[in-house]
Amino acid sequence: MGFWIAALTQGFAFVALAWGVYLSARVLRFADITPDGSFTFGAAVAAALLIQGAHPLVATTVAVAVGMLAGYITGLLHTRLGVSDLLSGILVMTALYSVNLHVMGRSNLSLLDTATLATPVHTLFPATASWPDDFTFGVIFLAIAVLLGGLLTWYLKTDFGMAMRSVGDNPAMITAQGVDRRRMIELGLALANGLVALSGALIAQYQGFADVAMGVGTLVAGMAAVILGETLRTRGRSLLVTIVMVAAGALVFRLLVALALRVGLNPIDLKLMTAIFVLGALALPRLRHRAVAGTSR
Amino acid sequence: MIAVRGLEKSFVQPGGEVVPALCGVDLTLAAGEFLTVIGTNGSGKSTLLNALAGGFLPDSGSITIDDQDVTMSPEHRRAALIGRVFQDPYKGSCPSMTVAENLRMAELRGTRRGLRLGLNAETRARYRERLARLRMRVENRLDALMGTLSGGQRQAITLIMATLRRPSLLLLDEHTAALDPRAAERVLVVTQEVVQEHRLTTLMVTHSMEEALSLGERTIMMHRGSVVADLSGGARKATRVSDLLERFASLRHTVEYTIQHSTAPPV
Repeated sequence: MGFWIAALTQGFAFVALAWGVYLSARVLRFADITPDGSFTFGAAVAAALLIQGAHPLVATTVAVAVGMLAGYITGLLHTRLGVSDLLSGILVMTALYSVNLHVMGRSNLSLLDTATLATPVHTLFPATASWPDDFTFGVIFLAIAVLLGGLLTWYLKTDFGMAMRSVGDNPAMITAQGVDRRRMIELGLALANGLVALSGALIAQYQGFADVAMGVGTLVAGMAAVILGETLRTRGRSLLVTIVMVAAGALVFRLLVALALRVGLNPIDLKLMTAIFVLGALALPRLRHRAVAGTSR
Repeated sequence: MIAVRGLEKSFVQPGGEVVPALCGVDLTLAAGEFLTVIGTNGSGKSTLLNALAGGFLPDSGSITIDDQDVTMSPEHRRAALIGRVFQDPYKGSCPSMTVAENLRMAELRGTRRGLRLGLNAETRARYRERLARLRMRVENRLDALMGTLSGGQRQAITLIMATLRRPSLLLLDEHTAALDPRAAERVLVVTQEVVQEHRLTTLMVTHSMEEALSLGERTIMMHRGSVVADLSGGARKATRVSDLLERFASLRHTVEYTIQHSTAPPV
């Protein structure tokens, strides 16, 4: 039981990350690898602030803000300086490695003696103090995910959000409609990496530490969640369905990871397996297409 | 009123060769005037349209639209003044968004887009009514993804999108060239209706001589980046397609060109 709750709690914390990757990869169609840095950035800033005694809500909010800043910079490199999308993200991600070490002062920070988001919840609802930590965090993360999911769906349906969606769909059209494509990419990447940094901040508080290497493979994990979500979405193309399914993809991904580790997968192989999974999902349509073309001849 | 003065533009080929595309174009369009533009391939007719839309900035000359100098204004900035329909039916709309969403985005052309749910019962009813007037049975497909519609339907809706907010200038870039003959005819009828209803100042590039002479009230012929003929009134009425072909033939010794004089796409 505890095993499943732990996996689900991690899954709820990963939902924001999956939405962030969905925003950049699917909505903006921008190959953004900033998440490998901004995930850690969110964790590092939240951890450093918590150790300084900041309120967990403040620490988490500031983590989101710095993640947005990182994404915004990636956007600027691409739109104003003409750096390719991939390289813009790589530059920011690489730079963030040093920034994260500066923020933390060393390669990892323990949060075992500091307040976390669970602390104000315990104060507000004393009954929760007797819950296992996994469960408390699970409820908090679920509440955050529901709130964010509602906000995200609403945002993408507003006049402004619609314009942002069209940027990835048809840049020529949206320019003819008077939208500054560059501005939309900058703001969209800020939003995406804000979500990713939030995930980082939540995970750090849940696992009780921030580590400078914890962001490695974030984008690939997020892609895995997005792909799983798209596979789960059998029918219905509405925005709400898509957003819910991407969240479900994040949950399924964490459950699969937990399951794989439980049946004896060496944790060292985790990123290898995730990469192979994403590669398979990307290559499958092409291989299938080729197989069909081959049989028809 | 649209005024183009001494517009010049050269493009540099990948090899470094400089190719002049517009060689001092002067053109004035009165408010409400419907102009058709014909020309040989590479004559600069599409380049002229792109220059007006803001796809690139000219080397010299000026463009004013309703007394606003837009010569140096980027495409998204001058979009407030311009409605545009592309040749490619896929280019004018977002395929993975719904018809209603596309219309909403177009209605806000050139305005500040806020954090409000602009697509509501009132706007949807308005769009449905507008689409019904197309008589193409698209009014019940507000929630269909744009990508699921036929090329003709999409082009007709793009035309509505371009005019939902009244543009100071409507640009039509061979907008029926990629359609089958029946759809092309329908879209042309819709084009005339829309232009007449709103008395839109319109510039239509076409490769069809028939279309050029039958639509609108003025026709210019371009060749090698310049306007070589400007027909209107009685002179235009007296002009036949064969006359235009003759004019093109007389230009023949200067450059290789092809003329297609039917709306049917090449098979």
